[in-house]
Amino acid sequence: MTDSFDRGEMSGRRRFLLVTTSIAGAIAGVGVATPFLRSMMPSERAKAAGAPVEVDIDKLEPGMLLTVEWRGKPIWVLRRTEAMLETLEKLNAQLADPDSLREQQPAYAQNMTRSIKPEFLVVEGVCTHLGCAPTFRKDIAPADLGPDWLGGFFCPCHGSKFDLAGRVYSGVPAPTNLVVPPYTYLSDSRLLIGAESKESA
Amino acid sequence: MKIMKFFLAVSAVLLIPCFAVHSAVDVAVDKAPINIDDKESLKRGAKSFVEYCLTCHGAEFMRYNRHRDLGMSESDILGQLIHTGQKVGDLMESAMRKKEAEAWFGVAPPDLSVIARARGADWLYTYLRTFYRDSSTVSGWNNLVFDKAAMPHVLHRLQGQQILSTNNQKDEQASITEKLEVIVPGIMTESEYNDFVIDLVNYMVYLGEPHATHRRELGEMVILFLFVLLGFAYLLKKEYWRDIH
Amino acid sequence: MSKQENSIVAWIDKRFPMTVTWKAHLSEYYAPKNFNFWYYFGSLALLVLVNQLLTGIFLTMSYKPDASMAFASVEYIMRDVDMGWLIRYMHSTGASMFFVVVYLHMFRGMMYGSYRKPRELLWLIGMAIFFVLMSLAFTGYILPWGQMSYWGAQVIVSMFGAIPVIGETLSNWILGDFMLSDAALNRFFAYHVVTLPGLIVVLVFVHIVALHQVGSNNPDGIEIKANRNPKTGIPVDGIPFHPYYTVKDIVGTVVFLIIFCAIIFFAPEMGGYFLEYNNFIPADRLKTPDHIAPVWYFTPYYSMLRAVTVNFLWIDAKLWGVILMAAGVAVFCFLPWLDRSPVKSIRYKGPYFKIALTLFVISFFVLGWLGTQTPTPLYTLLAQIFTVVYFAFFILMPWYSRIDKTKPEPTSVTK
Repeated sequence: MTDSFDRGEMSGRRRFLLVTTSIAGAIAGVGVATPFLRSMMPSERAKAAGAPVEVDIDKLEPGMLLTVEWRGKPIWVLRRTEAMLETLEKLNAQLADPDSLREQQPAYAQNMTRSIKPEFLVVEGVCTHLGCAPTFRKDIAPADLGPDWLGGFFCPCHGSKFDLAGRVYSGVPAPTNLVVPPYTYLSDSRLLIGAESKESA
Repeated sequence: MKIMKFFLAVSAVLLIPCFAVHSAVDVAVDKAPINIDDKESLKRGAKSFVEYCLTCHGAEFMRYNRHRDLGMSESDILGQLIHTGQKVGDLMESAMRKKEAEAWFGVAPPDLSVIARARGADWLYTYLRTFYRDSSTVSGWNNLVFDKAAMPHVLHRLQGQQILSTNNQKDEQASITEKLEVIVPGIMTESEYNDFVIDLVNYMVYLGEPHATHRRELGEMVILFLFVLLGFAYLLKKEYWRDIH
Repeated sequence: MSKQENSIVAWIDKRFPMTVTWKAHLSEYYAPKNFNFWYYFGSLALLVLVNQLLTGIFLTMSYKPDASMAFASVEYIMRDVDMGWLIRYMHSTGASMFFVVVYLHMFRGMMYGSYRKPRELLWLIGMAIFFVLMSLAFTGYILPWGQMSYWGAQVIVSMFGAIPVIGETLSNWILGDFMLSDAALNRFFAYHVVTLPGLIVVLVFVHIVALHQVGSNNPDGIEIKANRNPKTGIPVDGIPFHPYYTVKDIVGTVVFLIIFCAIIFFAPEMGGYFLEYNNFIPADRLKTPDHIAPVWYFTPYYSMLRAVTVNFLWIDAKLWGVILMAAGVAVFCFLPWLDRSPVKSIRYKGPYFKIALTLFVISFFVLGWLGTQTPTPLYTLLAQIFTVVYFAFFILMPWYSRIDKTKPEPTSVTK
């Protein structure tokens, strides 16, 4: 009665049906898993809270850093002085990726100053090593960072160093430059951080 | 044959509750001729909703940007629906503070996000058309389906003012609105106002369950797939059960 | 390849009884070959349980058990969480379908005498599952914190207040407050997502272990183990559960899923029966809805609760209602000892049992329907009559099952 259930003599038809039903069952499994996995993505509320932010920059003094929050992350807006911009070129030899070849920035920020306008740097204040918040150290040649320090960002967690364009030094734990978020100028004095235009927000 | 029996038995069991489908409300109401797939009607309803309802009521479970379902772009939403300086991703909050509202109406106006699911479209459709002047109430208004409603007739400039009709001998089949007659005309005719309310109610039904259209579309695909799976599973079962004598 | 596979299996088998378990419970577990339509509901109940556990976990990720946030968090799941509406409808529809399949599963047991010796303990474990399931449904229904959640729970918890002497203290202890409030919501959430699911999973496991100890009953109500092949020792009427009943249950599962999905996608409210309209209004402790009815699966018992309108002996009507309602559920536990018929299955039982069972089913449905209605004097009278019929099925069973004219059972199962 049950002897034909024997792997050795399973008929072709039975094997075919077993395979097709299994495939259809597997598709069903993927279909069931989909809504569950999708439900764990950021919700509409999280997206709304992470909507692009507008920042006024005309009151920002040269040499000063402004921190704004976007998607729960600190975003730095640094108004660089001429002297600060001049340091960038000098550091190329000490950096891991001086020309920003790795995709840590939108195409419009893949340049020497890593910004749209040289004067204003916009980067995420999140260390690319393990996510700590680096500190802004604009003092030149301080005792703890050595005589070669020309100003930049220093991560207190594991000692990673970044220059005034958020470029990472070589020989530190952080592997890549600081991330430049998408941003655009709504006007000369107003930035939109988090999107390249108001419509795409 | 067995499958047929299975189907019949299960559907019989599932049908039992349907014999006694209870309505959300007990009063007689008119059937709301709404169509949830009519996007233009929904858009008109959305605009009326933010203009007339959202001043006092909130729809605080709904985000403005959800109206992309209706084919509205973000600038459409900003321009046509948001009059309170909120962002497109924000919830549709009432312009009125809860405390003030309570002082004015005695009760805070309820949130309208899921009101259509609680009351039903037919009730809303009837409610919005059956306000009448009643000097015995605080607001000076009363309603045929919601006695002593705290809400005044905010749409009276559109509909006009009605009073209870004096000749009450109407036939049973007639619309409940036959019990009322207009004494001060509004800026809309009766059929214009009806269309206005249909759009508004249609929108409130959408508002109650914005994913409803997507739900049905997805459902069709799922059921279709399950029937294919059923075919294979049934053949597989038959194939194995040939062993059993 | 296959040699390697075998060595892995052997490695595991030395450390865990994998092959032995597989054989004992699936490939060499012999089930009667004459299972019919009614035998799908056990595996379907298991499927729905898995559905409830899985969707429940994902709902817990976004739900907030806080009286001021609960209602909004459910709408947050419905709107802001991607596909959240589907997960929520799977859970709400699953709750009702759980009762559909469990009621049909229990009815199967009543028709074919599955509660009779040697399956008394199996039946009692099943009843324990049913109690836990009712508690799960009750605690779960509170969570959306709508008007029906609130007032339904209010009514149920008030029943404990009917118990003499300790009633009030008991209901305060259950609620953690002097009325239904945030404290109760929070603790019912704990029961609903931790205590009761854990309990039901353990009980279902024990139920299956007990089933496999005594073997499945069948529509003929005869013991297939009594008739074994002398050479192999395998029951003549038995077939291995796997693959025969696995492939058959897959068919049943897909048919069930078609119905289940049709509800989820096209009628998730099921005309107000699976999701009640008034539950779309946030809980308001100052305003009772005009019409409160529990969810459909509790309505037969709700009718019994309302049916008692007179004080009797030293007990008042309210407490009688509570007693009757509890008895209406608990009475199933006594079935193994109430049935005195020489045969198990309805196929060989006489007309008395068939009439009694029919009347019982009718009274169950009528009471269920009455429970959804606003009581009127006529409805209350009907509820009283059918409550009597409901209990008569059980109380008179020792008498009518003994004098009934039964047919002789076959020695081998029939088609």
